[in-house]
Amino acid sequence: MRSDIFFVSCLVVGGIVFAAALALGNDYYFFAGYVVLQYIVLSTAWNILGGYCGYVNFGSAAFFALGAYTTVAMHRLHPMPIPVDVVFGGVVSGVVGFGMGYLTLRLRGAFFAIATLALAVVLQTLIVNWDYVGGSRGAYIVRPESFAPFGSYIKYLFMIMMLLAVGAITVARLIERSRLGYGFATIRDDELAAEASGVPTLRLKLIATTISGALMGMAGAPFPYYIGFLQPSSAFGLEYAVNSIAMPLIGGTTSWVGPLIGAILLGSLQQIATVTISSAVNLLIVGFLLVGFVIAAPNGIIGLVHKYIQHKPVGQVGRRRVEADSPEAAP
Amino acid sequence: MTGLLEINSLGKRFGGFVALESISLSVQPGERVGLIGPNGSGKSTLVNCICGTLHNEAGSVHFDGHLLDGATAHQRTRRGLARTFQLPRPFASLSLIDNVRIPLLYTVAARGGALRAAHDIDERCADLLREVGLDAKARHLPRDLTQVEMRKLELARAMAAEPKLLMADESMAGLTHSEVEEILTLLNRLNGQGVTIILIEHIMRAVMSFSQRLVVLVSGRMIADGEPNEVVRNPEVERAYLGQ
Repeated sequence: MRSDIFFVSCLVVGGIVFAAALALGNDYYFFAGYVVLQYIVLSTAWNILGGYCGYVNFGSAAFFALGAYTTVAMHRLHPMPIPVDVVFGGVVSGVVGFGMGYLTLRLRGAFFAIATLALAVVLQTLIVNWDYVGGSRGAYIVRPESFAPFGSYIKYLFMIMMLLAVGAITVARLIERSRLGYGFATIRDDELAAEASGVPTLRLKLIATTISGALMGMAGAPFPYYIGFLQPSSAFGLEYAVNSIAMPLIGGTTSWVGPLIGAILLGSLQQIATVTISSAVNLLIVGFLLVGFVIAAPNGIIGLVHKYIQHKPVGQVGRRRVEADSPEAAP
Repeated sequence: MTGLLEINSLGKRFGGFVALESISLSVQPGERVGLIGPNGSGKSTLVNCICGTLHNEAGSVHFDGHLLDGATAHQRTRRGLARTFQLPRPFASLSLIDNVRIPLLYTVAARGGALRAAHDIDERCADLLREVGLDAKARHLPRDLTQVEMRKLELARAMAAEPKLLMADESMAGLTHSEVEEILTLLNRLNGQGVTIILIEHIMRAVMSFSQRLVVLVSGRMIADGEPNEVVRNPEVERAYLGQ
């Protein structure tokens, strides 16, 4: 399926989901749905670096928080419409992602993961000590009660996150089927052999860290409006880092579909647990599921499906074709 | 400077260990050069320095008239330097056809070659796999391959980069007599197409039948360079490498 048709199809599905939530007549579904959609963006963004390239990023919460705090800073400076905040959040997080990639170019495996964790700690310390955005006290963002034509403001936020999720999935799918996607796969498999095949691995890693960081920042940008009161402990929450990793791992990391399935499954389970038991069990659920999948299905749900179909290699979901002179074949 | 590959006084150290000491070598276009030496003599280090996987501390490498010092491995590949690895390093999650697609996408297309459309690349991938006899397994993963097929995949991937010079690093290690012949046939065919080949190998029978010229490394030093039959009779070579 062509990318533009895929994008429109996703928009149609998004519209149906929105209409279904509207038909249920309870704003709670929009609150819960927003979180699931937010995790779709986060896990898809994580997967571009972690799944496609094999570089495990433990600092997802930092990029998410950067987006959120960019919105707070913008709000203090001059309140802007949320879509503009999303763009700014994406740019700031993308630049930081590029910087992180540049500083960690030579690191791999556990060393890279520790470096991303360190980045999150450093950024949280900076935010805690930056009074302009509320510092350790936190910052209030008073959101309007309603927003035309959506009615309640949460419906508007839901729609924004829906568009972001559609955008993130489309970008991930586009990458996967492009020359860039092949390059990322070679980095994941064997960097030395990739270089010997002419793949500019360092440049590609920078592209991956930038895109991944930018998407995470975009996911975080509307968050202050969603939560109303933003403090470092909520923006840099452990659940963002853990879920961003767990969702693609459970769904499957070699395709755009994996993070989507993982985020819907795990995000929905967590929302159900939050209202039926307690939000405190959310990370426990993630832990149990993660251990279960590592043992029973190390390649995630997608891997399980492929195991039974056995038609195509695990690294290929759908037919991968690429035009050497296509726009996405930039590097 | 007339050679395709010109190495001048190349030196490489690992801490206090001298891996390569003042290596000078000139390889002419179309030549078939055998590079031999005992384990630890620096053969693979030399290949790594030429390909940019390692950086030499002394001396220089010129390829096709360009100074390569400071160039990354992928830049050297794009200039026409290809290699195979001592232990095959396929892209494990990609099918065979996608393994050979990578150099076409990142080297040939990046050079501005004729392959611009997806179907051209698909056809070229299929041709390459057919040349090495792996077309029937085009959609398989590398884990389904035998040892000799893995070596053939390495060669196909190197050929996909349309190299001017191929360094085959122990491409026949662990193969049977008939499998060695298969690889030699492939290398000879490639050489017949104008590709210069440096064969790094321990199987003397293969080296002697393939090489027009033999270079011997011992303890990081080049002790002989010349016509194969003369080189193997060199007393220093016999003492150091052939155990006589």
